[in-house]
Amino acid sequence: MSGILVIAEHRRGELRPVSLELIAAAESLKASSGGPVTVAIVGPSPDTFVAALKVTGVDEILTLAAGSGDFDPDTQAAAVSAAIAARSPSLVLIPHSVDAFGYAAVLAAQGGYGFATDVFKIESDSGAWVATRGGYGQKVNVELDFPGKAVVLLTVRAAVYKPAEGSSNPTVTALPVPNVSAHVRPGEYVEMSQADDVDMTAAEFIMSIGRGIGEEARVPQFRELADAMGATLGCSRPIADSGWLPKSRQVGQSGKTASACKLYIAMGISGAIQHLAGMKHVSTIVAVNADPGASIFSVAKYGIVGDIMEFGEELKTHF
Amino acid sequence: MATKILVAVKQVIALDEDFEIRADGKDVDADFFLRDLNEWDDFSLEEAVKIKEAGGEVEVVVVTVGPEEADESLRKCLAKGADRAVRIWDESMEGSDSQAIARVLAAAIKHEKPDLVFAGVQSSDHSFASTGIAVAGLLGWPHAAVVNQFDFSLGATQATIRRELEGGVLQMMNIDLPAVLSIQLGINTPRYASLRTIKQAAAKPIETLGLGDLSLNAAEVGEVGSASRVRRMYIPEKGRAQMIEGSLAEQAAKLAAIIKEFKGATV
Repeated sequence: MSGILVIAEHRRGELRPVSLELIAAAESLKASSGGPVTVAIVGPSPDTFVAALKVTGVDEILTLAAGSGDFDPDTQAAAVSAAIAARSPSLVLIPHSVDAFGYAAVLAAQGGYGFATDVFKIESDSGAWVATRGGYGQKVNVELDFPGKAVVLLTVRAAVYKPAEGSSNPTVTALPVPNVSAHVRPGEYVEMSQADDVDMTAAEFIMSIGRGIGEEARVPQFRELADAMGATLGCSRPIADSGWLPKSRQVGQSGKTASACKLYIAMGISGAIQHLAGMKHVSTIVAVNADPGASIFSVAKYGIVGDIMEFGEELKTHF
Repeated sequence: MATKILVAVKQVIALDEDFEIRADGKDVDADFFLRDLNEWDDFSLEEAVKIKEAGGEVEVVVVTVGPEEADESLRKCLAKGADRAVRIWDESMEGSDSQAIARVLAAAIKHEKPDLVFAGVQSSDHSFASTGIAVAGLLGWPHAAVVNQFDFSLGATQATIRRELEGGVLQMMNIDLPAVLSIQLGINTPRYASLRTIKQAAAKPIETLGLGDLSLNAAEVGEVGSASRVRRMYIPEKGRAQMIEGSLAEQAAKLAAIIKEFKGATV
């Protein structure tokens, strides 16, 4: 058991960028692993992704021709299982993504592998893998080891490692995938409802509201404040789930990617990990929250502790 | 025959504001634990209760793995519409990770023989996002994760589900039944328990099962049956926002200046 196997991920014909981040992670651990870095890609025509995966650090690319092109957990698990059996890696890296939620735990359970998810740091201590992840709502870091496990499977948080660049000249090997009867049949993709025509992906200045606003009747006050400041009004998941604002206004990992945002004011958002992960690219985050211990203050550039209703009213007098 | 829906739930731990790490450095001191039903489980329970209320013979069974204090969370589920509550525990289960818990739940599913299993996408404390799907792997059942819509009719051999992907994209899928589904927040609007149902729940029994009832042995659970072991737990040094101090008026004026400067720079 040596070497590292990285599972690349694609969706709707595009390689997902996190794949290159995991290759970079593997490259940084290659010396400790004492073996090659192998990247596996699963799909009906996996060869189409090969060129994009020939980046620095990759020794071999395994192409596993299987499935319809859209993720189904049974085909993916069978293919990754075949790749593990073929290369006997000591470490398998999978993106901590919604697709991985659907099959990584199955592989770990069936293979009896060492297993941890949402890992943001990986080390080797005298030949044994050590993974660090968050615990208790990200209030602590937890260092895990995997005694007695010859294979350790980790799902790795996105946007932790810088994507691998450069080029390499890896061996490309086609690996057969055993036939599986898939119990899940992927269907069409749907964009989150566009109840209004806001485009969060283009907004440069967003003010979002979260649970801290307390009740729906207070939404209009913040809408007026956003309008007055020239900000696009956004929200965290609980506000959209409660129907106080349309889903199209939700930002964070599962909401619209606020890719153009440069100034983000978070009002009454304590900062669930998915929200922070979706917004941490923003250069200036200002958090206003009644709780001085709110996690959002650890990623914000500026913080204000106080009542968001009173603060909002006061802020509005300036615009 | 009645349709049985098993909902796997967890009593999660939130931490008191000024918590401390235990002397052995491997967990937080239990004095700082605040326990409650996992937020995701409210939604998966509601989804099951909704199916029951839509008519037909449906039984909703909540199952948790945990010591006696988890009864409080099970009573909450009973008050919100679960028909039965089962708590599984043995001291050997202490220190179980998500894979070991999944092994216990899989055994409970063999014991209860449900037609459908719901679990939350993840727990709010350790957020492994893997227990429900690991259960499916152990049972060899069809499974799907991060489901935020479920269309199903009693007795059907397939159901239509919708997965919530990243970046505001959803995907429709068709799945064979019986299946294990991990349920996402927002799939429904969970109800509040009423005083009357809370009172009724207090009088309902909580069934308890141990290792032997499920034909498990101690080596399959706890730390030895886990896929990972905690080596160290510590409070990370976090970045800290530059706090804007002063009176409310001063704070607002400072933020207004930051906003105006930003807008000036982008015009």
